[in-house]
Amino acid sequence: MTKKLRYLPRYALLTVAAVVSIFPLYFMVVGATNTSQDVLSSRLLPGANLLNNIRDLFALQNVGAALWHSAVNAVTTTVLALVVCSIAGYGFEVFHSRAKDWVMNILLLAMMIPFAATMIPLFRMFASAGWVNSTIAVVLPAVSTPFLILLFRQSSRSFPHEVVEAARLDGLSELAIFGRIFVPMMRSTYAAAAVITFMAAWNNFLWPRVILIDNQAQTMPMLISNLVAGYVTNYGVLMLAVLIACLPTMVVFLVLQRSFANGITGAIK
Amino acid sequence: MSTIAPTKPNPTDPPTSSTPPGRREPRRRSVATPPGDSRHRTRRSTVLGLERRHSLTGWAFLIPAAALIAILNFWPMIEAFILSLETGKGARLHLSEPLWLNYTRLFNDDLFRLTLGNTLIYLVVQVPIMLVLALILAMLLNDPHLRFKSFWRTAIFLPCAVSLVSYSLVFRTLFANDGFVNDTLMGLHLINEPIQCLANTGTARVVIILGLLWRWTGYNMVFYLAALQNLDYSTFEAARIDGAGPVKTFFHVAIPQLKPMIVLTAIMSTNGTLQLFDESWNLTAGGPANTTMSMSHYLYNLAFFNNPNVGYASALSYAILILVAILALIQMKVADRRD
Repeated sequence: MTKKLRYLPRYALLTVAAVVSIFPLYFMVVGATNTSQDVLSSRLLPGANLLNNIRDLFALQNVGAALWHSAVNAVTTTVLALVVCSIAGYGFEVFHSRAKDWVMNILLLAMMIPFAATMIPLFRMFASAGWVNSTIAVVLPAVSTPFLILLFRQSSRSFPHEVVEAARLDGLSELAIFGRIFVPMMRSTYAAAAVITFMAAWNNFLWPRVILIDNQAQTMPMLISNLVAGYVTNYGVLMLAVLIACLPTMVVFLVLQRSFANGITGAIK
Repeated sequence: MSTIAPTKPNPTDPPTSSTPPGRREPRRRSVATPPGDSRHRTRRSTVLGLERRHSLTGWAFLIPAAALIAILNFWPMIEAFILSLETGKGARLHLSEPLWLNYTRLFNDDLFRLTLGNTLIYLVVQVPIMLVLALILAMLLNDPHLRFKSFWRTAIFLPCAVSLVSYSLVFRTLFANDGFVNDTLMGLHLINEPIQCLANTGTARVVIILGLLWRWTGYNMVFYLAALQNLDYSTFEAARIDGAGPVKTFFHVAIPQLKPMIVLTAIMSTNGTLQLFDESWNLTAGGPANTTMSMSHYLYNLAFFNNPNVGYASALSYAILILVAILALIQMKVADRRD
């Protein structure tokens, strides 16, 4: 009994933290089913206005196109980033040399460059290539990141060198060793890298906002951001749009939470 | 990062007949070859050719990634510096006279000073509170006797699944004049009339800080949890048996052991806060009267709004870059000194 009492303050604290963490999301979900007035009068129960909100939102905005753009951008970024960074991380570790260490240290410096400091030249570079409003311009800056290279280099440490040697003796090419042996063995690292890259790409706002000038090319975060730019905001519709924008990343998070945690902390272990 | 084996060849290696000593490349090694193990070098007859080929393959593997980082990170960084020395409208840019014109202008720009101040306020107030909260929560969750652990962790970590734009808009709705927060405070008779949270400088800044705390505390908690899992829980038990209360345990057992992780999260949070954009744009739109506008928000306006001034905006972007570098160096130095 005394032990239970001793734990009481902790549970109270954790309950407060959990409620505070979940409440804005609950408010968003409930708000999506309520009228604008009900959202503002703080109705905390589900309402009957969901279908009206859906109709209004889709009449007002091209949600399908924004979802499509977000999906294409996020999936393309994830696939390319995984290919480019995993092969580089593998290269740094398995074909290790002092010169490569040196290159890796230089690449790590790029982690300290704020995006703000490269945004303007990047825009000019892509504009002169005629890539404004294009998927490639949104995707390219996020394909090769020191963080992901580091993550894959760290996990390559646990890749037994004997396997590489044996495969070489069997006559497998270096690319085949990577593709047929390394990739299947490192599935959990790939999952972690995919989750963090996908979520970051789906949620990215500043760079798409800079490079996607045409409203026709806008992504989901841009769409919801533009919803409040009008004179009168319909809060029910806004909450619904925010919910739709969050849904993919929330699902990914809830299903692959462990991979996400491993992804953000993996490179520093 | 710490498992790099010595790269020098073992002096006791017998010179192999097929490899002329002068042509050996002692710096190259195969990974996972323990020092002293000369098996890989001695057994093959064409060691040099193979090793050189492997080395080239290695370079081929990492060159796409390295080239992308060089072209899309380092080169733009250099170009931004060159741009920051230029002036002019639109595409007709020329070197400014004197060269540091944009920088002198920056130091006399009231709006730059205001956005710098805003960003530093967020940094100084929000980051310490967040890191302490994250540490406390991580300590609570690290207790093996705690029940429903995965529920608590998922709940507190959940805000990370939400994009910055999304939570900014939800917070904007919650803190609206006739929104939930005002309704609740009035319902509890704590206030008599609604506070215009987003229309007053002080409260608008508090809302941004609350938003940042909500979004990032769980994120940092996960880093501390990962670090705590690598520590021996018995050190905490021992402290308790020795009569140390939770506060003493926290300061004298947890913090010293977690120091590297605390420094890392502090640097990441500083880096992130200095680049704050989404919240400033969506939650308060920089208002009222630009008193919640972040540096990145101002940079965006300078570079891409109305009359873009690319040279001047680049000077501002360099101010952010230098701040990030200086603060990271200071944090690393402070961490060193406490040893």
